[in-house]
Amino acid sequence: MRDSHRLLAGKLVLFAAGMFGFGFLLVPLYDVFCQVTGIGSRTGLPTAATVTAENPVTDRIVTVEFVANRNQQAPWEFRPAVSSLEVMPGKLYDTTYFARNLTDRQLVGQAVPSVAPGQANKYFKKTECFCFESQEFAPAEGRDMGLTFMVDPGLPEHIDRVTLSYTFFVNQQVAAN
Amino acid sequence: MSATTTHDEHHDDHGPAKGIMRWITTTNHKDIGTLYLVFALAMLFVGGAMSLVIRAELFQPGLQFVNPDFFNQMTTMHALIMVFGMIMPAFVGFANWMVPMMIGAPDMALPRLNNWSFWILPFAGTLLLSTLFMDGGGPASGWTLYPPLVLQTGNALPFAIFSVHLLGVSSIMGSINIIVTIMNMRAPGMTLLKMPLFVWTWLITAYLLIAVMPVLAGGVTMLLTDGFFGTSFFQAAGGGDPVLFQHIFWFFGHPEVYIIILPAFGIISQVIPTFSRKPLFGHDSMVYATASIAFLSFIVWAHHMFTVGMPLAGQLFFMLSTMLIAIPTGVKVFNWTATMWRGSLSFETPMLFALAFLFLFTIGGFSGLMVAIAPADFQYHDSYFVVAHFHYVLVPGALFGAIAGAYYWLPKWTGHMYNETLGKVHFWLSAIFVNLTFFPQHFVGLAGMPRRIPDYATQFADFNAISSVGAFGFGFSQLLLVYVVIQCVRGGEKASAQVWDGAEGLEWTVPSPAPYHTFEEPPLVR
Amino acid sequence: MSTNLRKHDFNTFLTALVASLLGNPAQAAWEVNMPVGVTDASAKIFDLHMLIFWVCVVIAVIVFSAMIYCLVAFRKSKGAVPATFSHSTTAEIVWTVIPVLILVAMAVPAAQTLVEIDDTRDTEMTIKITGYQWKWQYEYVGEDVSFYSNLAASSNETRQLRSGIDPFQEDNYLLDVDRPLVVPADTKIRYLITSNDVIHAWWVPDFAVKKDAIPGFINEGWFRVNEPGVYRGQCAELCGKDHGFMPVVVEVLPREEFTAWLAGQQGGAAVASAATAR
Repeated sequence: MRDSHRLLAGKLVLFAAGMFGFGFLLVPLYDVFCQVTGIGSRTGLPTAATVTAENPVTDRIVTVEFVANRNQQAPWEFRPAVSSLEVMPGKLYDTTYFARNLTDRQLVGQAVPSVAPGQANKYFKKTECFCFESQEFAPAEGRDMGLTFMVDPGLPEHIDRVTLSYTFFVNQQVAAN
Repeated sequence: MSATTTHDEHHDDHGPAKGIMRWITTTNHKDIGTLYLVFALAMLFVGGAMSLVIRAELFQPGLQFVNPDFFNQMTTMHALIMVFGMIMPAFVGFANWMVPMMIGAPDMALPRLNNWSFWILPFAGTLLLSTLFMDGGGPASGWTLYPPLVLQTGNALPFAIFSVHLLGVSSIMGSINIIVTIMNMRAPGMTLLKMPLFVWTWLITAYLLIAVMPVLAGGVTMLLTDGFFGTSFFQAAGGGDPVLFQHIFWFFGHPEVYIIILPAFGIISQVIPTFSRKPLFGHDSMVYATASIAFLSFIVWAHHMFTVGMPLAGQLFFMLSTMLIAIPTGVKVFNWTATMWRGSLSFETPMLFALAFLFLFTIGGFSGLMVAIAPADFQYHDSYFVVAHFHYVLVPGALFGAIAGAYYWLPKWTGHMYNETLGKVHFWLSAIFVNLTFFPQHFVGLAGMPRRIPDYATQFADFNAISSVGAFGFGFSQLLLVYVVIQCVRGGEKASAQVWDGAEGLEWTVPSPAPYHTFEEPPLVR
Repeated sequence: MSTNLRKHDFNTFLTALVASLLGNPAQAAWEVNMPVGVTDASAKIFDLHMLIFWVCVVIAVIVFSAMIYCLVAFRKSKGAVPATFSHSTTAEIVWTVIPVLILVAMAVPAAQTLVEIDDTRDTEMTIKITGYQWKWQYEYVGEDVSFYSNLAASSNETRQLRSGIDPFQEDNYLLDVDRPLVVPADTKIRYLITSNDVIHAWWVPDFAVKKDAIPGFINEGWFRVNEPGVYRGQCAELCGKDHGFMPVVVEVLPREEFTAWLAGQQGGAAVASAATAR
């Protein structure tokens, strides 16, 4: 009798331990979920998309808006060079964001992209982006940072406007030094 | 699990020892049930006092008593204490007392584990309460602990998280015990489908608990590492997402809602047939309805998050799956009504609380259906309408269920009848004040008052004043419950073994008060 | 009893209740229902809300009548003798199937409304809303206009702990700001929303708009206001100690007036990204 108790209790403890693991498994599952549905891109920091060939769709125009945010009122000046572009899906475009370090010490920043509507995320391909790596700024330095992107022709028809937003964080580890 | 080994120097005594050591070392299911219930009753007043701080501040617009930060600590702690410290331990207490007696078992399957799972609670509760006195105050981010706000908590954060871990360990151990008891220790002839509904609801609740408490533990552990060890699960700067925490939290949180309410369903399903003198209508369909509610609770969590910016398909899915829950819940309400149909009803205090449950929980169910409708939820979300909704299912729902159970089994526990007149007075005061407190909150919520605010625009003043009056009335009415319980423990009219003439089940075959050891020889169930 | 309770007699309360039951928006302090609002979406959501409400009322009347009938007719004290039946397959099928049908009937209009709200095509202007602890920032994307919107100074003074100032003396206690968001009427306006620190939520009941502001992410939505006027809301996601003190005020102007207003702003407006806040 006691053995059967131990056996069942043991199984239940294993089940509980498994569910504790499942809690952590939700992190990669959420990434998969985001990739499938296109909302967010939560597989760590962004990486470059590969675009093999341009294949412009000449009869469709999508408005791409560029937006800049700081976080925790970080000491940057940060803004897009242009606030919007009318683009053809399937064609590569270049644009820049300007950032300036407003302090008199060295700062390292990390730009984190976000696309609205979330559905458009997986159709917004960045081949080159300052967000792929952290950006180092000398005291008071300001510079333009480049971005090359393409809107995939697969973008659902009902989306006529896509916003690319960057939030420019101060990299905490570096700032602490 | 390390916490479980911190006070393990107990002896597996049988027979009541004397004095305080009886309670510290006990492995008797009835003693431990009593401990749980007393602890829960104490926490009802601790959490209740916090809600009265909230309602006192909200009595009038303007800030009269507390600063906003302390107000937020009160809303957070009120919820954590009421959920983890009061209602869950209360139902575990009922399970400890009643499950072995209802299935004809001599005790819980794992008595020593039972002792530990209770004695973790006072430490975890004290730890949680002590955060209020720490530098920076207690957690003030709401019981949902959403990052990044929760990471702004002062020194209290790791202590609050550790106490959540401890409370989780305690309820997981309690649940394992309950499942093993039910699965292995039923009297001969007590097949699964013959089990009383209270046992059934607890079996399902225990599985839910084991499934989701570890997920919460994982989620808060991630908060801890984000806060102190440089991970970025929930921080966009490092490639994380604050919304991920909300998914993890509500994956726990929605089943948690049913963890709280299912045992109350079980109690109501015992009380209504007794006082209708008629068997429970549709016992098996009640079991299936409970199981479907439990299953559905795993696929509806994101209805708490309609405003975070989910894709359309996600909103549709979670709206429809949530609406489905209305069906098994409806079956339960209809079955309870059908149980009363052509019965022979009498209105002792447990029945009164069960009837209030039936009416008021149904109102909470209706507002639940309303908040399930995603587009309308854009208006309801995080407003006082939601506060009214979940208090209707938790207070006249879960809490009234627990109170009904307490009055119902009190004679069995103590051997005395409680004072019926005072019980009825307690009922009427509770029933009136609970509506006075929470009904006006529907109105201010619809009119645009957000929840979790310490001060509000003047147009919300009148309903808030009424609500505060109701809250104080309700709070002080509960002192009557304490009085009735103490009076009943100390003496009173002797209770018979049967206690209620319509009661069915093994627990009524043993004398009142139930002897320290029952069913050492398993009864035969036909 | 509070002083404000005395201001209204019980009749007012009853009138408000009755008015609400008739579906009329009641007046002022005894407001008991959701606003119909000033956008097509808010009107649709109001209709949906009332539809579900009435469905619930009808079900409630039926179910509660049955319960009350039991309580009256089957009393032991009146000598009721209990029946012994304990199930009825027919009844159980009926009360499983009927709710399914009712739910389908409710889900269809709800889903339609959801799809309509989700349609962000053909917007004419974009406004970026940023939540801060504890204020809002509004940026007119591409227009070089950006400003912060703080709780109005008078409310801020009154709301201090034991300030001794009567909140009833203020016109819009806790619902007024130093600089409201100004938008044109009859224009489909797209908003982008994000946060500088913790999660906030931007809520204007009259627009039926509530959307979370999440740091590092942008959410989008839209509204089209039919009536010029001033509309008020609040932050709807707990965001720290002053969560209750960061109202939303939107001033909706006729289109021409808005164009003039925007031109006036473009001269001297500070660029938010360069300005250090407070």
